[in-house]
Amino acid sequence: MLSDALKHKFDTVIARYPLKRSAIVPLLLFAQDEIGHVSDEAVEEIARRVGVRPIEVVEDIGYYSMLHRKPVGRYHFQVCTNISCMLRGGEEIFAHCAKKLGIGHKQTTPDGLFSLEEVECLGACCGAPAMQVNYDYYENLTPEKIDELIEKLRRKDQGSRIKD
Amino acid sequence: MVDLIKLTIDGKPVAVPPGTLLIDAAKQMGIEVPSFCYYPGLSLQGACRMCLVAIEKMPKLQTACTTVVGNGMVVHTETPEVANARKAMLEFLLTNHPLDCPVCDKGGECELQDAVFRYGAAETRFLETKQHEEEKKFSSLVYYDRPRCILCYRCIRVCDEGMDVNAYGIGFRGAHSEIIPNRGEHLECEECGACIDICPVGALTSGTYRYKTRPWEVTYTGTVCNHCGDGCKTTLSVRNNVVIRANNRDHSGVNGEFLCVKGRFGWDFVNSEQRLTSPLIRKNGKQEEASWEEALAHTAERLQAVLAQHGPGAVAVIGSNRTTNEENYLLQRFARSVLGTNNLDHHRTADFSSLVRALTEAGAADRHATIEEIGAASSILVIGNDPTHQHPLIAYQVRQAVRQHGARLYVVNAGEIKLRRQASQYLQVSPRGEAEAVRALAGQVTASQDLCTGEAEALPTFAQALTKESDTVVIFGDEIQGQGVGDLVRWGLTLSGRTRFVALGDYANSRGAADMGLFPDTLPGYQPLSSEAARQQFESAWGSNLPTTSGRNLRSILEGIRAGEIKALLVFGANPVRTFKLEKAAFAGLQFLFVAELFRTETAEFADIVVPATSFAEKSGTMTNTCGQVQALKRTMRKAGTRSDLEILLALARLFGQKWPYQSSEDVLREIIALVPGYGIPLPGLLVGHAVATRPEGAPPPLERPDLVFSSRDSLFTSGTLSRYSWALNSVDEAKKPYGHAF
Ligand code: SF4
Ligand code: SF4
Ligand code: SF4
Ligand code: FES
Ligand code: FES
Repeated sequence: MLSDALKHKFDTVIARYPLKRSAIVPLLLFAQDEIGHVSDEAVEEIARRVGVRPIEVVEDIGYYSMLHRKPVGRYHFQVCTNISCMLRGGEEIFAHCAKKLGIGHKQTTPDGLFSLEEVECLGACCGAPAMQVNYDYYENLTPEKIDELIEKLRRKDQGSRIKD
Repeated sequence: MVDLIKLTIDGKPVAVPPGTLLIDAAKQMGIEVPSFCYYPGLSLQGACRMCLVAIEKMPKLQTACTTVVGNGMVVHTETPEVANARKAMLEFLLTNHPLDCPVCDKGGECELQDAVFRYGAAETRFLETKQHEEEKKFSSLVYYDRPRCILCYRCIRVCDEGMDVNAYGIGFRGAHSEIIPNRGEHLECEECGACIDICPVGALTSGTYRYKTRPWEVTYTGTVCNHCGDGCKTTLSVRNNVVIRANNRDHSGVNGEFLCVKGRFGWDFVNSEQRLTSPLIRKNGKQEEASWEEALAHTAERLQAVLAQHGPGAVAVIGSNRTTNEENYLLQRFARSVLGTNNLDHHRTADFSSLVRALTEAGAADRHATIEEIGAASSILVIGNDPTHQHPLIAYQVRQAVRQHGARLYVVNAGEIKLRRQASQYLQVSPRGEAEAVRALAGQVTASQDLCTGEAEALPTFAQALTKESDTVVIFGDEIQGQGVGDLVRWGLTLSGRTRFVALGDYANSRGAADMGLFPDTLPGYQPLSSEAARQQFESAWGSNLPTTSGRNLRSILEGIRAGEIKALLVFGANPVRTFKLEKAAFAGLQFLFVAELFRTETAEFADIVVPATSFAEKSGTMTNTCGQVQALKRTMRKAGTRSDLEILLALARLFGQKWPYQSSEDVLREIIALVPGYGIPLPGLLVGHAVATRPEGAPPPLERPDLVFSSRDSLFTSGTLSRYSWALNSVDEAKKPYGHAF
């Protein structure tokens, strides 16, 4: 079930555009923020609201690599291996993440905490090698920094579970 | 007259109407500009860049498929620059293409193969490993091979614009782009296979044809689909006496390239292992295999015994909705002049008689619309029926009329049929309220309170809008019958222009069965049996007297059997037990039941004699579609052990001591042309595969009782007996949807 807050958000976003279908991408991002991926239900709902067929929404999701049809990890590691990062060790960072997390490109850890993806330029070349985790950027990465980050995120997750 | 646009293509002058696309102008001159994404009748895409041509004074090469002709244009379609550009485009298209032509289904009829052959893009500069994707099964009938796909969007557009199903999209991006189906990994659609047919390469392949043959190893025969009443022309591909594909190869005829799922895949009942191949005779209560000679001799004997003991009134004949005109004609001759009975009928799925009667009375016998006229109409009124399911070609023509030239569609229906999507006015009425709606539209009655479920003003608004139209084509289902047809025709003819009519009958030759006089009270060509002149015409041609009193209609035949008054029944290509939901007891009073059929149907199970009939693929003859257009059926193959209904009737007549002058179905057709009013059609057109319109005119008696005319309401995936023996039609999940589902 989509939350009322999300549905309300849909309404306000659609109202901003002269052509309803122009709102598809922002709506998808909001849906993904809430659900973690774009579920079938979200696809149907968005299609209905902007007046297109569901398959047209699916087409858009496929076009944008940042939109996911299937659940990804709670922390989605997007490691850049494009030119600047590659020259500064991006591929090694990616390999390190893969080894440390025990997963490969577009895979998720069994506990659903982490997922990994090799991506193109994040627009953060000045801080290469760079990576994006959900919406946060991490720059000038080294294997040690990766290890620290993973530890921190694990602890954070446990903390939130205890609180639950 | 608009001024033509004058331009020069490859040094030759040409004049074409304004708005013509360059690619079409070139085609008119016999110049083929290669194209992948361009497809006549579909929206423009401009995706493949194969159609690049050089236009003088334009800086770069232009796409001929999206460029509109202009006065004084000088165009070159084959310069070295053009050839180079096309070669480069092909090199890109082949970047990830597997080049598995030697095993690909499309090899030999592939547009990509042809183009590469023409421009020689065989070597490539791309050294990277090709991206591979496994083939995907979209449904039991449609498979997709991503690496072969050249992303021309034809499949997407034909499904959106031709079928109004919208089942496809493009997923992902760049070199990873691929065609995606509407239900995750699967298609949920009408399964028409148009996307497979239109795919220029071997990316979409057919569940019944794939990897079975090469296109040059099969024989092709143009014939007519045997399912619904629309009469699509089709080409059967036959290999080793097995049909493996159907498509309308040359896109000619009433349907162009259209075929629905039944036409494209549902022919496979022909190959069914359950086909009867030997006559069966009931001995000691059990049906046992017997020879043809024994079965036919036995039939003649038993019939003669019943005739001798109880007279011709104790014999009845039920004819078929899917046998040929020639067979139906001979069947009524056999019943009338050999058995001496008018106890003759068939399952009437539309009231053609009342239509002919009403049009003749109004002096408008030429107002039958053809399939092509539906597609060209400016205004169409559809009353009752669900054409998307029951008449897929007519539904397609209606959609085309709306899409291609803005026709207005008016729908009167109790259900929310799919065609309402195209309707400019939609009048929803209470169940079976269509006939009342017609009377109300005609101003004969004021609509009752609960007739229109929508708003109060719906009916007057609807009627008002129709009066502004002209040349309307009126299409109606079994909801309008008897008196109702007269009401409709009289009112329809008051609309302005040439109003034309179509009655929708269920099966491939429902119309032909009516035209050929499979009625207890009507002779061929809708001539009343009571007419001395009509009777005499046939009597003198056949050299025998015809019984003068009307026989029993189908309901009355069934009642007569129950009452023990009918002792012998002959059934040709029909399954009354299922159609009328009869119990075995219903036939208890019969002394003799004869059935000619393809399969051991519920009716055949009760029979004393069953003979195996040939299917449409194994015989020649003619069929008349629901619009009254005659087309030729051509024999494509043989089936050992079977005989056509025509051969069966000729043999029976011989056993009755008759000397009938026919050697082939063509002999019978010549007699039909000479004797049956409205069938005076030119033979040559028919033989080269045209659909020739008939013009029946007559005064058949009014419909005796309303329960004689009823449609079976077949869906897209059913077709009476035949579909039950089709693997393809039963293999798709969509067949399990509730009746009338709109995809
Ligand atoms: S088979 Fe299905 S997907 Fe293909 S054109 Fe027909 S309706 Fe569309
Ligand atoms: S599947 Fe065939 S028709 Fe569809 S885009 Fe690919 S090549 Fe074109
Ligand atoms: S529309 Fe009717 S005649 Fe045409 S292919 Fe389908 S079933 Fe056959
Ligand atoms: S190349 Fe990695 S951020 Fe630009
Ligand atoms: S045919 Fe012109 S761009 Fe494809």
